[in-house]
Amino acid sequence: MGREILNMSRITKIYPNGVMANKDVSLSVEEGEIHALMGENGAGKSTLMKILFGIEAYDEGRITFDGRDLVHAASAAVIKSGIGMVHQHFMLVDSLRVYENIILGLEPVKGPVINAARAIAETRALGERYNLKVDPLARVEDISVGLKQKVELLKVLLRGARLLILDEPTAVLTPQETEELFGQLLLLKKNNHTIIFISHKIREVMKICDRVTVLRAGRNVGALKVAQTCPEEISRLMVGRDVVLKLDKRPRREGPPLLEARGLSLTNRFGKATLKKVDFQLRSGQILGVAGVEGNGQNELAEAIFGLARGAEGQVLVKGRDILGLSIRRIRDLGLSYIPEDRLTLGLAAAGSVWQNLIPDRADSPALKTWGFLSLRKIARHAGELIEAFNILCRGPDQEAGLLSGGNMQKVVVARELSADPDVLIANQPTRGIDVGANEFIWKKIVEMRDAGKAILLVSADLNEILELSDSILVMCEGEAAAYFEDAAAVTEEELGLRMLGYKSKEAAAHGQK
Amino acid sequence: MASGISIDFVSFAFATIRVMTPLLFASMACLVYTKGGIDSIATEGIMLMCAMAGAAGAWLLGGPFQGLLFGMATGVALSFLFGYATLSLKANPVLAGIALNILAGGLTIFVIYYLTGEKGSTQSLSSGTLPNVRVPLLADVPVLGRILSGHNVLTYVSLLTVAALHFFLYKTRSGLRLRAAGENPQAAESVGLSVTRCKYLALFIAGALAGLGGAFMSLGYVSFFSKNMTAGRGFIGMAAESMGHGVPGGVLLATLLFSVSDALSVQLQMMSLPPELMQLMPYLVTIVAIAVYSRHRARRRAAGPAADPKEVKP
Ligand SMILES: Nc1ncnc2c1ncn2[C@@H]1O[C@H](COP(=O)(O)OP(=O)(O)OP(=O)(O)O)[C@@H](O)[C@H]1O
Ligand SMILES: [Mg+2]
Repeated sequence: MGREILNMSRITKIYPNGVMANKDVSLSVEEGEIHALMGENGAGKSTLMKILFGIEAYDEGRITFDGRDLVHAASAAVIKSGIGMVHQHFMLVDSLRVYENIILGLEPVKGPVINAARAIAETRALGERYNLKVDPLARVEDISVGLKQKVELLKVLLRGARLLILDEPTAVLTPQETEELFGQLLLLKKNNHTIIFISHKIREVMKICDRVTVLRAGRNVGALKVAQTCPEEISRLMVGRDVVLKLDKRPRREGPPLLEARGLSLTNRFGKATLKKVDFQLRSGQILGVAGVEGNGQNELAEAIFGLARGAEGQVLVKGRDILGLSIRRIRDLGLSYIPEDRLTLGLAAAGSVWQNLIPDRADSPALKTWGFLSLRKIARHAGELIEAFNILCRGPDQEAGLLSGGNMQKVVVARELSADPDVLIANQPTRGIDVGANEFIWKKIVEMRDAGKAILLVSADLNEILELSDSILVMCEGEAAAYFEDAAAVTEEELGLRMLGYKSKEAAAHGQK
Repeated sequence: MASGISIDFVSFAFATIRVMTPLLFASMACLVYTKGGIDSIATEGIMLMCAMAGAAGAWLLGGPFQGLLFGMATGVALSFLFGYATLSLKANPVLAGIALNILAGGLTIFVIYYLTGEKGSTQSLSSGTLPNVRVPLLADVPVLGRILSGHNVLTYVSLLTVAALHFFLYKTRSGLRLRAAGENPQAAESVGLSVTRCKYLALFIAGALAGLGGAFMSLGYVSFFSKNMTAGRGFIGMAAESMGHGVPGGVLLATLLFSVSDALSVQLQMMSLPPELMQLMPYLVTIVAIAVYSRHRARRRAAGPAADPKEVKP
């Protein structure tokens, strides 16, 4: 520790569309440290890292790594020099197998042929060593988000990177997986690897990072030693005010049931039962949190209810009417709306503009029309209002949605779904990749909806979010509703964690029985 | 009567394999384009120009093999041209493809007129044909020998190409990279691969295959070039590629289906059915097959959620 391994000085980056994403940003990282990079959505964190990794050009500045200048190096050269990056949005080839993605570019060969047996063995061994277990032969398109993250980590580790850039790696991980990852990062650190860690969760940064650099609107606002600071100071630097992610909720006033699942089952296309006779009831004025280890049916539950997963069996009653098998249009008309887990596949049309992404569910509404035709003026006004209300950082409604920063893409989705004013909101990871300020805002919105008598089904990998927001909690384990807590306030994080792992009670866990 | 049918069957099977040759080159070219993430719409025009180049090359350079090489070189050059326009100059691939196809139609007629003074074909030039091959042992097997032996050398090359492409795409390093760059260029770039290089490799291979298919038309199928002689084979290749699910074996089967209908239409024309109607058949089969296939695929997509729960337990 102590030796400076990376120095980025006075980096300025202006995107072709005129956005100044970095202005005179400097970053100094020491060998063997875990260095956090924090800042609001759109502050320029991902941009700075893409510049370092050689996939975005920069207009001014200088980068030195390990005593050598990286003068506008291409990423192939950057990788060679010992830098690896896990991107905020996955860089995987979906139709290829896991091991093929991992070895891509470094394929071991036997004569003219790829040595698949060796590649698979290497992938397995690497997975064992870093406790990142994946099935090397699975196709990437078939695996969950959490597993894709592991594949990305393995990819970087296989390339022998000494400096690892992790852009919001924990945004898609469950608490258990995050713990696992932290153990791993600390191990890497012990082996003198250096890590740049981007996260919106101050708690995580306090826990494993040595120093933190904070960006705001594309500029440096501070570099601190974590040991000598506190969460409040960091959040003040990031957003200019104190943000405490604590909610003051009114006691709930429940009304009639709005959404009810009876014996909801689902078999995926590999013939595996992913939902097994799930029952629950969601009442007006209630937030029901769905917790579980990634891949235990939470996502399928949300998708089955909203009609995205065809072939579900059982009943899903909305105001007493079975909606299974109805088209998504009909389901939306019945007052449901949905924030999907993955903003880039289901949430947005990345090539479309911001306004196009804000209105598709309401394009038929007379409020956006004049004489029966869509009125661009009315749409622009509507989009402008949403952009302002949800504080979406963009150049205007016409900007391409795919060019927004990750958190701002998420805000577009959230803005659309919340402003649809549904009776039942299914929120699948609503605050994934969102900064603390916006996180607080979305939480408040969700609680407002609840107080207005709406019903919310909250699926989240963030236990803190589940515990803070939910009135009641449903725990999923292997496709079953493993536990239900009517009063979320009476549940501890530990108990929830055990139930997620399938233990019936604390005592059983102590004896190792399920 | 019975023997009459069996003779028909043998000649029909033989004809199927014969007409399959250019289709197979076309569909394999489309396969490589698609795997490399490049629009395959220009295949038709490239093939037509290569058919012309094959005949002209054979005449100018003094032999069908020289003509074949010249045709392939033309295919690669045109493929690179298409790639340069769409990848480097960022032209819209569909428009560039249509432009190339239309250009091919006009330019080939211009060239044969320049060379022969006729506008229809190059029959007056002597360009010769590539040899037919009697496959040693196979030729002596009853029935099968008469179906499988005695085809043009390029017919066997086309079949070998299917196996070779399978090997290349799924077993070799370059094949893996080509598929990765074609499907998700950003991912390929993020591990330091040169996407441009992968794409130009795809353009090279596909161009050479289209060249083989085109040259076969004028140097094997018949011994001269006639205007618009590829007659939509490049487009049928696109259809076969998508129906064959983008894997060489599947594309081969799809191509076989189109070849059967092609051969059938020739056979039925010899009976006294209206020839125009019969000539429609391969195209009708294409449309029907694609429709059936798309429905099937849409249904399979809807069958379940994409996310598979992990097989490895934490
Ligand atoms: N390819 C691009 N073209 C144009 N503008 C872009 C592009 N990528 C990012 N931007 C803009 O640059 C700014 C910084 O984006 P960046 O992705 O670096 O933010 P970030 O700090 O990573 O935010 P988040 O926490 O939301 O991921 C944003 O205003 C974004 O809209
Ligand atoms: Mg980012």
